[in-house]
Amino acid sequence: MLHIKCPHCGMRSQNEFSYGGDATVKRPELDKEISDQDWDNFVYNRKSLRGKHWELWQHLSGCRQWIKVERDTATHEIFNSLKANEEIS
Amino acid sequence: MSQSYRLDNIGLINRDKKLSFKFNGITYNGYEGDTLASALIANGVHLVGRSFKYHRPRGFFGAGVDEPYAIVQLYRNGETEPNIKATEQELFEGLEATSVNCWPSVNFDIGAINNFLKIFLPAGFYYKTFMWPKSFWYKVYEPFIRKAAGLGVASTKHDKERYEHKYEYCDLLIAGSGPSGLASAYAAAKNGARVILAEDKARHGGTLLTSDVNIGNQSGKEWAEGIISELKEMPNVIVKNRSQVFGYYDHNMLVMSERISDHLPKTKKFHPKQRLWYIRAKEVLISSGSIERPIVFGNNDTPGVMLSSAAKEYLKVYGVLVGRNPLIFTNNDSGYETAIEFKKNGVDPVILDTRKDPQSEIVDEAKNLGINIKFSYVVVAAQGYKKIKSADIARISDDKEQLGTVENIKCDCICVSGFWTPTIHLASQSGNKTKFNEDIDAFVPGISKQNETTLGAANGTYTLDETLKSSFETGHELSKKITNNDNEISFPNVVEKKSTTHDKFWCVPLPEGKNYKRFLDFQNDVSVSDVEIALKEGYRSIEHVKRYTTLGMATDQGKTSNLNGLQLVSNIENKVVPNVGHTTFRPPYTPISIGAIVGREVGKHSKPTRKSPMHSWHKKNNAVFVDAGVWLRPRYYKQGNENLFEGSKREAKNVRTNVGICDVTTLGKIDIKGPDAAELLNRVYTNAWLKLPVGKARYGVMLREDGIVMDDGTTTRISENHYHMTTTTAQAANVLSHLEYYLQLVWPELNVNVVSTTEQWAGAAIAGPKSRDLLQKLFPNSDVSNEGLPFMGYIEEDLFGVKARIFRISFSGELAYEVNVESDNGNFMWEKIMEVGHEFKIQPYGTEALSTLRIEMGHVAGSELDGRTIPYDNSLEGLLSKKKDFIGKRSLSRKAFTAEDRQKVVGVVPLDKKTSIPEGSHLVKDSNAPLPNPKLGYISASCWSVEHDNPFSLAILKDGKNMIGEKLFVMSPLKNKVIPVEIVSSHYVDPKGERVRS
Repeated sequence: MLHIKCPHCGMRSQNEFSYGGDATVKRPELDKEISDQDWDNFVYNRKSLRGKHWELWQHLSGCRQWIKVERDTATHEIFNSLKANEEIS
Repeated sequence: MSQSYRLDNIGLINRDKKLSFKFNGITYNGYEGDTLASALIANGVHLVGRSFKYHRPRGFFGAGVDEPYAIVQLYRNGETEPNIKATEQELFEGLEATSVNCWPSVNFDIGAINNFLKIFLPAGFYYKTFMWPKSFWYKVYEPFIRKAAGLGVASTKHDKERYEHKYEYCDLLIAGSGPSGLASAYAAAKNGARVILAEDKARHGGTLLTSDVNIGNQSGKEWAEGIISELKEMPNVIVKNRSQVFGYYDHNMLVMSERISDHLPKTKKFHPKQRLWYIRAKEVLISSGSIERPIVFGNNDTPGVMLSSAAKEYLKVYGVLVGRNPLIFTNNDSGYETAIEFKKNGVDPVILDTRKDPQSEIVDEAKNLGINIKFSYVVVAAQGYKKIKSADIARISDDKEQLGTVENIKCDCICVSGFWTPTIHLASQSGNKTKFNEDIDAFVPGISKQNETTLGAANGTYTLDETLKSSFETGHELSKKITNNDNEISFPNVVEKKSTTHDKFWCVPLPEGKNYKRFLDFQNDVSVSDVEIALKEGYRSIEHVKRYTTLGMATDQGKTSNLNGLQLVSNIENKVVPNVGHTTFRPPYTPISIGAIVGREVGKHSKPTRKSPMHSWHKKNNAVFVDAGVWLRPRYYKQGNENLFEGSKREAKNVRTNVGICDVTTLGKIDIKGPDAAELLNRVYTNAWLKLPVGKARYGVMLREDGIVMDDGTTTRISENHYHMTTTTAQAANVLSHLEYYLQLVWPELNVNVVSTTEQWAGAAIAGPKSRDLLQKLFPNSDVSNEGLPFMGYIEEDLFGVKARIFRISFSGELAYEVNVESDNGNFMWEKIMEVGHEFKIQPYGTEALSTLRIEMGHVAGSELDGRTIPYDNSLEGLLSKKKDFIGKRSLSRKAFTAEDRQKVVGVVPLDKKTSIPEGSHLVKDSNAPLPNPKLGYISASCWSVEHDNPFSLAILKDGKNMIGEKLFVMSPLKNKVIPVEIVSSHYVDPKGERVRS
C-alpha cells in the first residue's frame, strides 16, 4: 500500500485516496472550437509511461482535496505532491 | 501412554502442567510448552501423514515454519482447520488432530499404490496424460484428481472466531527475535526509537535457545531472557511473540499475523483468534535467521530423517529424543553440535562427515567426547518404510563421484545437515536484488531497495560474535538517525566455539544398480529424476522448471528444497547457481488463514449498512428490505401472505388511485452555496440554469466528458446563492467528487462550496391523486393549490412545529410532493403523514412499486443510465442546451452518437399481454435466425403495469425512434424464453405528462 503525502494532511495511506489519472491533462476551455483529434486526446488518449508521472489523487477519506502527486510508475517511488492550485514545474 | 522419548532434566517445557491430546483417535500426554510435533515425538510417534503424490509415509523433518511433512487436520473447540503444521501448533489440553491425505488410515493407505506405479507419475504427468479427449477434463479427470489430491479438508461451517486488523506505525520493525533481532532491538530501544520486535515462535531467542554459547557470562538463553524482559518494560517497544511478519509491500509497509488464541483450547471471551497488523515502519530490520538445508540421498523422505538443527531443538527446547540410535549426516560443523548434545544426554550418536579432515574446536570437542566419527562418509540410502531401521552408508571419494563398498548400520534416525540457507524472503519481497554468496552456497540480500537491512544469519553471517556486533551497531545507527539520541551501550563479551568451512556437497550419487528415489521437495514429492526429466524435455528457466515439476510450490514454499533444486539444475546445465537464479519470493512467507485476511469484514460487517431515520417504522410495518448500494430500503410492505409481486402491485395501484408514501432519504443530496453556484450548475448540467428563480426546482442531467450520462436529479434554488441538488442513490458519492474535481482543478475561479447533506435530511415522497388534499391537511396555513405550489415549485413550511422543505417534484408520474425534514425529525414526519393520510387511504410503498410506477411512466433511471447511454438514448435530448457549453457536450457530436439509427429507449409489451419479460433479454427480429442472431437491443427494466394490467418493459433498441409499432421477439437463452412483443412508446401511462401538472 502506497504512503502518499497529502499537502494538507501529511503522510497518509493509499486507502484514504482515490486515483484520478494524469495530472498534466488540461481541460479545453468552454465554448472554444476544438478539433475531433484534440478532443479525443483530452477525453481518451493517455500515455502509459514507465517512470516519473504526475497524477491526480483525491484525499477522499480525508480533506477531500484533489492533489497532484509525482510517482514513478515502475517503482512506486513518490517524489513530490502539490495542492490542486499549485503548478507542476 | 508414556512419553518414553522424553528426558527428565532438559528442556524449556513446563513439566508441572501435563496436557492430554488425541492424534488419530489415540490419547497421548505432553506438557505445556510442547508443540504437537514435540509431544508426538516424545511418545515415539513418527508417522504423521502421507505425501502428496505417492502417498509415502511422512514423519517430521523440521521443528518450525520450514516443516514440509507434518501437516495435520486440527480440531479445536468444535471447529476444524486444515493443513496445520504440527511443528508450529502449540499443544493445549484436549487438542485433537488427524493425519491428512491418507485413506483409509495413515498406517494403511491405498493411495500408496501410486508409490509403486511411480513410473506413471513423472514430472508433467498431469499435463501429458489428461489432455485428451478434451471433454474428459471436466467429467472424468478433474473430479478424480480432486478426490485423490489435496491435503486437509476445509470446514464448510461458518467460522465463529473473530479476526482483527490493526494499523501501526513505528521507527523500526524487527522481524525475528534471535541474536540479531534482540541486539538491534535493544540498541534502537535504548536510543528511544519506537520499536516493534516480532517473533514467529512462542519463545524469543531463536538459536540462542539451543546453541552452546556464552554472552556476558550468561548462557545465550539467559541473555535473551534478560534482554526481552528489559524490552518489555520499555514504553517505546512492542514485543510480540507468535507473530509472523509475512509480507513486505510498497513504501515500507509490512503485514504481520499474530496468532493470539491458536495455542489455547478455546479463544477467550472478547479476544480475537488472530490479528493482522499493517505496519508502516521507517526502517525494517530483517533478522529472520536461516534454515538448515538437507543433503539429498536415497529414500531421504523416510520418517526419521530430519534436519540436525531440528533434532537439537527437540532435545534442548522440548527435552525430547528424536531417536536413541542417531546417525548424524553432515557436511559442516553444525551436525557436530547436535551430536554433542546427544552425547551429553547419554545417547551415542555416529557422525558421517562428507569432509575428509576438518579441523575446528567443535570437531575436536566431539572427538574428545569419544563420538564415533566417520570422515569422507555418506548415507547412500535410508532403509525402512514407515520408520528408519538402518542406513546404507559408504565411503566417498575425494572428488565426490565414487562410492566405496556399501555397508549397513543400524540407526533409528538420520539427522542431516547440508549447511544453512539464509531466510531472505522479506528482503526479496521488498525488491532487493539478491546475490549469490559462494562461501555459503546460498543467496543473500544485495543492495536494499526500500529501507530494509538484513542482519545475522539471514545475511549469511553465521558467527554469533559478528552477528551481535553488527546488529548492535545497526540498531544504534538507524535509531540515532531517527531520534537523534546517541546512547552508547556496552558490548558484551561473546564466547562461542569456532567452526570451520563446510563441504560444498549436497547430493549423494546413486550406487551402481540402485534406483533409489532421492527427493528434493518433500511435500510435493519432487525427486532428482523429475527435475532431470524436465530439463531433458527442454525446460530451461528455473521458473518453468518449478511450475512443470511443482518443485517448491507446496505449502512450505520450498523452504528446504529450493536451493538443492537450483544446485541440481545448475549441475545438469553446467551453469553456476547465480546464473540459474532463484524463483520469485512472494508473500505470504507462511500460509495465512483466510479469516485473518478478511478480518472483521464478514457477514453484515462486510460492508457498512446505512439506514434511514424511518427504518424502525418500516421494520415495525412488515417491510421486506432490499440492498440499494449500502442502504437498506423497504422493497415492499408485506400484508398477510402477500408475495413481492402482489404486494408491490397493491402499493403501486394505491398510488395511482389514492396516495402513497415512499422513503426517499437515500437520494444523494448536495448543498451548493456561493455567488457562482448558478454558473457551476450551468456547466455541469446539460440544460440552462442561470435563470432559475428562487423557490423553483429544475430537472437536470449531467454527463461525463465522454458524453455518457452520469446522473440525473432535481436541483432547487433555496435562496439567491443557495441550491439543493439531489442525485440518484447510487451516484451520490461520485457526483460530489465530480463537482469537487471541477471546482478545485478545472474552474478554481468559481466561488462555490459543495457539501454532502444526504444524511442531514430525511425525505418522504407523497404521490397520488389525493396527495394535494393530504398536503393541505398537513400544512393548513399554506396555499398548496396548483397556483400556490405549481409543478417544480418549492416552499418552506412548518410541519407540526418542525421545519420542513416541500418540493413539488414527481418520480411516479402522479401529482406528487417530496417533504424533507432534518433527519432527527424523520420518523416524526413519517408518522404524522401516515396519521393525517389515513382518511385518504394512504399506504407506504417500497422500491418495487416505485420502479413499477417509473417504468410504466417511461422515466429513465439507473438501469437505462447505465454508463453506456447518452441523452438521446434516454429521450433526454430535449434537455441539451444549444446556447451554452457544458461538460461532455463536445463528445455528443461524435459520429457514433449522431448515427441515424442510434439506439433509443422504447416500451415493450408482449403480444399475449400475459408473459412477463425477463430483464436483460435480447430483442431480435427473427427468433429462428441462425446464430449468432443479430441483436437489436436489450430489455433494461420490466414491470407489471398497474394501469394497463399487463407486463410492460423498457428497452434500449437500435433505431428505437423508428421502431414504434414493430413486432419483434424477446429472447432469453438464460430462461429459455422466446416472447413475441410489440414496440410501443416508452411513455405507457399519461404520455402527455398531465398528471404531474394537475
